[in-house]
Amino acid sequence: MKARVFITLKPGVLDPQGKAIHHALDGLGFSGVRDVRAGKMIELDLADGTSDGEIEDMCRKLLANTVIENFRIERLEATA
Amino acid sequence: MRAAVIVFPGSNCDRDIAVAIEQVTGRKPVMVWHRDSALPDGTDFIALPGGFSYGDYLRSGAMAARSPIMGAVSGAAERGVPVAGICNGFQVLTEAGLLPGALMRNAGLSFVCRPVSLKVENSQSLFTSAYDSGEEVHFPVAHHDGNYQADEATLDRLEGEGRVAFRYLEEVNGSARRIAGILNDAGNVLGLMPHPERAVEPAHGCTDGRRLFEGLLETVS
Repeated sequence: MKARVFITLKPGVLDPQGKAIHHALDGLGFSGVRDVRAGKMIELDLADGTSDGEIEDMCRKLLANTVIENFRIERLEATA
Repeated sequence: MRAAVIVFPGSNCDRDIAVAIEQVTGRKPVMVWHRDSALPDGTDFIALPGGFSYGDYLRSGAMAARSPIMGAVSGAAERGVPVAGICNGFQVLTEAGLLPGALMRNAGLSFVCRPVSLKVENSQSLFTSAYDSGEEVHFPVAHHDGNYQADEATLDRLEGEGRVAFRYLEEVNGSARRIAGILNDAGNVLGLMPHPERAVEPAHGCTDGRRLFEGLLETVS
């Protein structure tokens, strides 16, 4: 069973990397970009039966720093 | 002083701070490996050194903050033992929840490595008693993630309670209110991005950092 954890900076938290990406997109002529926020995605390969609560616990204890980041968990259907 | 220096995989200022501590106190600190779960009996100062623990993977200091030894460090901090986290050590302390806020990527995105001017904002702490309040000092910085951020309420509280220990006198990394170092609410835990241990002997070009260890020695003993 796989799950993906999406980690994003909380709204209002300064994102220097997002700003630099935005600047680079501007430089390439993509003028319609209003804002860029960079985050990360972590893919977990989990034992069957791992509960949502356990994945949330992983996020709170290590994967995200909840002072500055939000997380969202997406379970992937098992592929046969 | 019975100091302990915590060594994580990827620490690289552990020897520097051990030498600084020994030069000032006359006693070698014990080097404690991150996998240990206890500190030596009678430890009265804990240093978390600079470096790149776990290669800064995930977030700087994130994995080190969950090391077995950090339980003992937190316990000692709660009992009032002085704890100083320098550079990566500061990142570890925020990740461990022993200090508020977070250290993010430098605003300019560049690694910054140079001596910087700092103002001693609070000369009443365990770590800064040998400085004058408002004094200008020079310590080197060497970091990529030194941009201190916290919400406005936390920043106001830090300022109001005299918990901003050091402030940059110049733009370095985009830190909120140019904060370089902070104290916990009890005043026994210091996090500081610049490196006082790299400014302790004349060969370093500056000895401003020496008094941090001298002041600590005086208050601890």
